[in-house]
Amino acid sequence: MLKENLLAISLRTVFAWAATLLLFFPLGWLFLTAFKTELQAIHVPPLFVFEPTMENFGEVQRRSDYLLYARNSLITSLGSTVIGMLIAAPAAYSMAFFRTRHTRDILMWMLSTKMMPAVGALVPIYVLAQTAGMLDTLSALTLVFMLSNLPIMVWMLYTSFKDIPGEILEAARMDGATLWTEFRHVVLPLAVGGFASTGLLCLVLSWNEAFWALNLSSAKAGTLATLIASYSSPEGLFWAKLSAASLMAIAPIVVFGWFSQKQLVQGLTFGAVK
Amino acid sequence: MDRLLPRALMMPAVLALLLWMVVPLVMTLYFSTVNYNLMQPGERNFIGLENFHYFITDPDFWPAVWNTLVLIGSVIVITVVLGIGLALLVNEPFPGRGIVRVLLISPFFVMPAVNALLWKHMMMNPIYGVLANVWKFFGLTPIDWLTEVPLFSVIVMVAWQWLPFACLIFITSLQSLDREQMEAARMDGANAFQRFFYLTLRHLGRPMAVVIMIEMIFLLSIFAEIAITTNGGPGNESTNLTYMIFKQSLMNFDVGVASAGALFAVILANIVAAFLIRIIGKNLD
Amino acid sequence: MAYLELQNITKSFADAHIIKGVNLAIDKGEFIVFVGPSGCGKSTLLRLIAGLEPITSGKLVLDGQDISHVQSGKRGLAMVFQSYALYPHMSVYDNMSFALKLAGVDRQTIRQKVSQAAASLNLTQYLERTPKELSGGQRQRVAIGRAIVRSPKVFLFDEPLSNLDAALRGNTRVEIHKLHKVLGATTIYVTHDQVEAMTLADRVVVLKDGLIEQVGTPLELYDRPANRFVAQFIGMPSMNMVAADAVPSFSQLSGGRLPQDGFLGVRPEGVRVYPKGQGLGEPGRVDLVESLGADTLIHVDVHGTQLISRQNERTPLQAGEGVQVELDPSALHMFTREGRALHA
Repeated sequence: MLKENLLAISLRTVFAWAATLLLFFPLGWLFLTAFKTELQAIHVPPLFVFEPTMENFGEVQRRSDYLLYARNSLITSLGSTVIGMLIAAPAAYSMAFFRTRHTRDILMWMLSTKMMPAVGALVPIYVLAQTAGMLDTLSALTLVFMLSNLPIMVWMLYTSFKDIPGEILEAARMDGATLWTEFRHVVLPLAVGGFASTGLLCLVLSWNEAFWALNLSSAKAGTLATLIASYSSPEGLFWAKLSAASLMAIAPIVVFGWFSQKQLVQGLTFGAVK
Repeated sequence: MDRLLPRALMMPAVLALLLWMVVPLVMTLYFSTVNYNLMQPGERNFIGLENFHYFITDPDFWPAVWNTLVLIGSVIVITVVLGIGLALLVNEPFPGRGIVRVLLISPFFVMPAVNALLWKHMMMNPIYGVLANVWKFFGLTPIDWLTEVPLFSVIVMVAWQWLPFACLIFITSLQSLDREQMEAARMDGANAFQRFFYLTLRHLGRPMAVVIMIEMIFLLSIFAEIAITTNGGPGNESTNLTYMIFKQSLMNFDVGVASAGALFAVILANIVAAFLIRIIGKNLD
Repeated sequence: MAYLELQNITKSFADAHIIKGVNLAIDKGEFIVFVGPSGCGKSTLLRLIAGLEPITSGKLVLDGQDISHVQSGKRGLAMVFQSYALYPHMSVYDNMSFALKLAGVDRQTIRQKVSQAAASLNLTQYLERTPKELSGGQRQRVAIGRAIVRSPKVFLFDEPLSNLDAALRGNTRVEIHKLHKVLGATTIYVTHDQVEAMTLADRVVVLKDGLIEQVGTPLELYDRPANRFVAQFIGMPSMNMVAADAVPSFSQLSGGRLPQDGFLGVRPEGVRVYPKGQGLGEPGRVDLVESLGADTLIHVDVHGTQLISRQNERTPLQAGEGVQVELDPSALHMFTREGRALHA
């Protein structure tokens, strides 16, 4: 009986690790390549052992002003998340604590707006932006990111507000709390986790956003997505630099993602999976 | 006061989303019925359904539809099948499980742009790429992925990115599998295969539906991977609906036709969304 | 003038009438228990009194003031919730002082009141802990302490013992009883457990389907139930019910006062079972014997009617044996077909 279990566990371990390493390999390779020289990067056969160098990171900054794009990514991600939360929080609060007959329908409607393909709005938004002279501006991008993620923010905040047991709020009411004191002393402290994970998720989604970034911005307001895209057909050897740039672009988000897995499932499946 | 406050709190969000939804929709409807090219901004005459006709009879149309279906279908099949497999593998404890889970989830957080270029250059380049070297190792001629099998290459890229998503969903769902039910089945004499088929798979039915629908919605809009690697080509071999509309609008600048196409995509998405909403609605309370 | 008066209270949610008209007068210092089966409306009634739900119609008067439309926090009531509803992010001290803090009471007074309440509940050493770090019984005491600190006019308890395990339940029940003796506060206590009702109450209010079936002291309800429902709800095991035409010799014991289509009721302790050949009662057969140690319950079948008998002595009787069953004529209850009790 024990031997059987040992065999099962060993097989499982081997297969799981094999599959994992296989799947993770491209990322691992990206990581390694970032520290190679260009010649090492295209070496045939591929090099696993080499002397690492940091020169690519500097090059990327010099050549294409990585910091500018990073700054734009940061501004648009943070901006869209913060503004979005300011709009979403009151709505979620109202729907969680002042439920009406229509609450469910309104929530469903909000979610459905997220399901519409972005390409459906591409033309009008592009035309609008062009007419308003807002092409290639950070404000346009921030606004569009915010609107794209608003339904998810409302949804996630709604679920975290709902997770607060109703009886605790009733106890507060019996203790003499007004609406505002109830919010300040009970709801807010208990929903802090929800705010954090909602914010995190939206940061990730905005940071990775490619469709609008590529279509509405270029040189001035371009985000890291734009920068990476520009490597699609440059001149000369560039793999190591591409890897370095990519690494710098994805590292923070991948790490964020490791910490917020559960919230992501909730947010992206609109809570349909428990 | 009692009625006013909740409504006031909801107003900004509702208004914002209403505008976000209605304004583009109305404009798209309008544009789809006029002859409007961004290169000739002055001219805008009503031509009724001509744009739709033009869109549907575009030689790229049916290939794009077919490609879209193949793309979505393949990615879904790959991610669901492998996703379930991986989830089952990782569901029981084994040494290093924590790290495995973290590593497995990583591809999902990678920017689509990085994803695209990572594969285009480092993996799929026919001379220096990793896959090319692996092929050479086995004595085969390396494949020029992006020119010989462009759609398949895009499928690989997208599936690689979405597999962790499906996997995570299935892992989450497996954790709520009723252990006692499994034990009862075992006592009833069911072997491992039967237990999987009748209990586990049944339990995974709902998350499978969710994964399929969510992926359908998001995969319809695949754009960056195609734009950055194959540009829809060679020819239209890897053009999907989204890319085709994009080409019409921002490359041909024919806003009228693009809008007609966009409406088409929207209707498609609506159908899928209707089903998804029903499932979510059931779960709401 | 009663301390707390419920006048014609009704409560409806859309088309569902939960409370159909309740009138009740409660005196100061009384311990009132609302008891009844699930869905009878007892918790709803409590919540109406607390102000957590609005009253559809009727009036609620406390200490001479109409509080029907007053906000919960301003009614002078304190409630102990079934799930305790402690603030998870606050310490025990903060949980207990929250209401006073909101009311603007100064820190000295708060500290004094909280320490006093904590001492009376043996919570002093836990004041700095959070609810997570406490056991179920301790959390419950914090919930009670939170209510005590406010020195309310009326204490409201919503099934406070249902989340505790059996052993703890017994102990806590005794503690609540003692606390009431010490504080002497007016209390309304909701439970589905009639043992709690019988032991804690000054008066019991039996509810069914949104209406009061009977109000009285525990023993009044036990000895003189107003109808079949109360008769069978109070008392464990329930009162035996025999249809008037099922066992004629039993029905005759009522001296002709039992209606033809009515029911005869007798508690288990009023049913005597004798081995075959002894006693003068009806012949019957033993279905089951339950020996509980101090009590013995004998389930018998008399002409198709099931009866349960309770006695202090152990019995040698076995299932399947023939027996003689007698009823104590002084312990009989009579009910009409509709269930109303007929009193001598």
